[in-house]
Amino acid sequence: MAVGFAQWGNDLHTGRKSYNIVGQRRKFYLVSIVLSAICLVLLFKPGFNLGIEFRGGSEFTVSGVSTQSQQLAEEAVTSVAPSEVPRVSSVGNNAVRIQTAELSTDEVEEVRTALMETFDVGEDQVTSSFVGPSWGKDVSQKALTGLIVFLVLVGLVMTAYFRAWRMAVAALIALFHDLIITAGVYALIGWEVTPATVIGFLTILGYSIYDTVVVFDKVRENTDGVLAQTRSTYAERANLAVNQTLVRSINTSVVALLPVASILFIGAFILGAGTLRDIALALFVGMAVGTYSSIFLATPLEVSLRYREPAIREHTAKVLAARAAAAAAPADGGSAVVSPMAYTGSLRPGAHQGNAAQPRKRKK
Amino acid sequence: MATTNHKKSRPSRSLIGLAVIILAIFGSIFAGTKFDDASWTPKLALDLEGGTQIILTPVTENNEKVTSEDIDQAIAIIRQRVDSSGVAEAEITSQGGTNIVVALPGNPSQETLDLVRESAQMQFRPVLYFGAGVGTDPIAPESETDAATGGPTAEPTLEPSAEPSDAATDAATPAPQITDPSDFSQVTPELLAEFDALNCTDPANLAGGGTQNPNEAIVACSADGAMKYILGPMELAGSDIDSASSGLQVNAQGVQLNTWAVSIKFTGEGTKKFTEVTSRLSKLPTYETWIASQPPTQAPGMFAMVLDNLVISAPGVEVVISDGRAEITGNFTRASATTLANQLNFGSLPLTFEVQSESQISATLGSEQLQKGLLAGLIGLLLVVIYSLIQYRALGLVTVASLVIAGVITYGVITLLSWTQGYRLSLPGVTGLIVAIGITADSFIVYFERIRDELRDGRSLTSAVDTGWDRARRTILASDGVNFLAAVVLYFLAVGGVRGFAFTLGLTTIVDVVVVFFFTHPLMKLLAKTKFFGEGHPASGLDPHRLGATSVRYGGRGRVVRVDRESAPAKGAAAGTTKPRKAAKELVGASTRPGAQGGGATAGMTIAERRAARALAEKEASAKEAVAADDATVTEATTPEAPEATEATEASVAPTAEDAAQHDAGDERSADRAETPSDENKDGKL
Repeated sequence: MAVGFAQWGNDLHTGRKSYNIVGQRRKFYLVSIVLSAICLVLLFKPGFNLGIEFRGGSEFTVSGVSTQSQQLAEEAVTSVAPSEVPRVSSVGNNAVRIQTAELSTDEVEEVRTALMETFDVGEDQVTSSFVGPSWGKDVSQKALTGLIVFLVLVGLVMTAYFRAWRMAVAALIALFHDLIITAGVYALIGWEVTPATVIGFLTILGYSIYDTVVVFDKVRENTDGVLAQTRSTYAERANLAVNQTLVRSINTSVVALLPVASILFIGAFILGAGTLRDIALALFVGMAVGTYSSIFLATPLEVSLRYREPAIREHTAKVLAARAAAAAAPADGGSAVVSPMAYTGSLRPGAHQGNAAQPRKRKK
Repeated sequence: MATTNHKKSRPSRSLIGLAVIILAIFGSIFAGTKFDDASWTPKLALDLEGGTQIILTPVTENNEKVTSEDIDQAIAIIRQRVDSSGVAEAEITSQGGTNIVVALPGNPSQETLDLVRESAQMQFRPVLYFGAGVGTDPIAPESETDAATGGPTAEPTLEPSAEPSDAATDAATPAPQITDPSDFSQVTPELLAEFDALNCTDPANLAGGGTQNPNEAIVACSADGAMKYILGPMELAGSDIDSASSGLQVNAQGVQLNTWAVSIKFTGEGTKKFTEVTSRLSKLPTYETWIASQPPTQAPGMFAMVLDNLVISAPGVEVVISDGRAEITGNFTRASATTLANQLNFGSLPLTFEVQSESQISATLGSEQLQKGLLAGLIGLLLVVIYSLIQYRALGLVTVASLVIAGVITYGVITLLSWTQGYRLSLPGVTGLIVAIGITADSFIVYFERIRDELRDGRSLTSAVDTGWDRARRTILASDGVNFLAAVVLYFLAVGGVRGFAFTLGLTTIVDVVVVFFFTHPLMKLLAKTKFFGEGHPASGLDPHRLGATSVRYGGRGRVVRVDRESAPAKGAAAGTTKPRKAAKELVGASTRPGAQGGGATAGMTIAERRAARALAEKEASAKEAVAADDATVTEATTPEAPEATEATEASVAPTAEDAAQHDAGDERSADRAETPSDENKDGKL
């Protein structure tokens, strides 16, 4: 497998093998738009299942217990509300605190009874009350402010680094695409949104931008001085860049996804609900989509945006015209041969190979 | 790996530098365990370790009703105090609408507990002196104006909301003795020194809390850290405010303007005091005049609203306000106006926190979660190792070693910070660290792929490592830079769990850069000099032959080196299986081009392209004649002296053509040489 993969990598690098990703960008746009639309709908229906940290919930305190087993308390709650994931902690050395999402009045009574029976205590030793969200509006507000400042700064930094604001725009659109799809998938699966989920989303934010920057760096390198030649168009150069970074993208995403997948697997199948599962799901989906979008969405978008520049458009027209002329020439003069590399490979002048490559004086 | 050569000593110097860094980190932890309360493991956060839970009930002295906004405001103040004291993730919730539950991880110190329990008080004090929050210079007018445009609290002006009555203009002129709260003689050299030393950009100084003597002049930071102030004694207390509200500003004609303002209504007692204050302050120089008159000889006509010992707003006073209704204007947004109004309302309550209970709570997540999480991380890491070894052969070991170094440094730094900064690791934090494996490994992958690309272009390994590094470095720095930016912004702007996450992200990003620069790259340079890697052993992951480096390289002495010809005979079998496939692929690709028949019109084509096209055409022709492809293809001598040239089949034609193509016009001379005479006869035009 490795040999085949290495060979494939070589072919991608030289352009001998090339996937026309930029050329077929409309198809990829369509895929992304449809996916985003579906996920947007999912965000409203069924929507997020917000956890106790965001909505507040019911809290029970059982005092004077002989055992502080978390297991027992969990069982008592799930016997009433099977879908609940209670947070149980022991308080002091003879009390247990149980927090659940907001329950109806009847359920609260049932849980109280269940707890009384489980811990074998009197009615006055189980108290219940409503707790407010620990992740309240002000926390969300501040996180959101941070996010907006971050996006603006990233836009500025990328514009400065790539010297092309269109790259920053493409990267940010790809970022939103990733976030919407991840959030949509999360809403679809219907797991509780906890602070861990939010942290997962924030990680994706960083990862998506990171991945896009790596691909764009290659695009920039390949398209440097593209206007000074007439061999290939901007789109072709960008497409070559995507192909050349394909091996890196695959390797990176596999390496990044392996630990996440292992956490997700253990979290979902062995531990059940909890922090690990929530964060791993958000990350798994987000990283996979992030890798996809930096290849199939960000670069094509960047090319589309670039084609709004008259200089790039004129250049493309010129290259295509020259190519057409070359193809048409044989009609009058004979037969035509057009380079098989015209669409794919890069042409680079030879570089200096260092002093070691220079001829050495023969030793006598 | 002892090195003597001057050129070689540099990578090992980086490695020694890294070793020193690691030793320094662990050395200080060791010293910490000996002489302080440091430990070899990082402290854990509330969800993993449990902590102390304090239930507070806000009570008012006069039994006024505590609204849910007041509770929210109290929570915000407590959170500000707790967050400013470190990166510990505290959990603060309201309970039953009347109580506040604060859960702090571990065993918080008495000071931290006091910080939480303290009541927050609001005081109105006159401003005696102010400056930008950072510098130690008394006042730098230029940095001052910068800060002034920065926040809405910097330079709002206070206006009477109704028509000002000019009755109370007969206030006594400022008396020379210190009975006047605005007396500039209160700015003693000691106070000025304290003011200079105060750095409001340090989060520790923005914690708030602590009680200050209301009858003395104090120094204080603005809540956003942009400004610092010397303030006179308290003139009004929060309880002198009746109510505050925010809304769109209404001018004297009753027309609603499009700017936000905060209106304050004072109580009867407050109105009297406020009239006195404004009549005195309105005579003092305005904000601009005060800045312009350096050094100042009197206090500016401003007063500060101090909540929890932080200045939340410091408006200037230009007219006397005697009806107890004031309006603060400035560059407010809807949100900032609402916040200020809420803070003022909160301040109007003489609120104290009564501790209901203080007890130990256990971790909310079982120890099972952490164990399983770590197990999952280990399994993931193992898979990464296996994948790297398959993909990169021996080079994968470099990845693994780099990841191990990164892990060791991260562990050390986290342990160190949990001792010095009170950083605590929560389960999301642990997960974040596991995930960071991917981002860290990416830097190595980017670097290795670059080296491979350079090898494919026909460089020697030593030169490929250097050139590849030049290009990879830029990519790594750019992408890590973006990640670090995310971390810094989120750390400074967010609170609670997000802050902890941002901290972990920033930390791993820095560690990533350090490891790539001081470990992976120097190690690669050293490895490039070893025989195993330098000569591209098949198991090294850097075998030029496997990487398809078939390029023609000038080897000196009139020789041209073809990498694939040079490879060991043992590889012959492998070469035999892969080569024809490669060639076939290219030919297929070529035939898809329109009008690719025959061989002639060559305008705008390189020699290599022409040659490839010709090879294709001839192959097609030969296919028609049903003659074996091998016989039909042109046999080309790529290297003048190559004995194999005669047996070069189509398999060798394709790569050669493509190599030449890669070298473009710059290499045309050498390509010329490779061109056989018969070619020139066919199409002599170059």
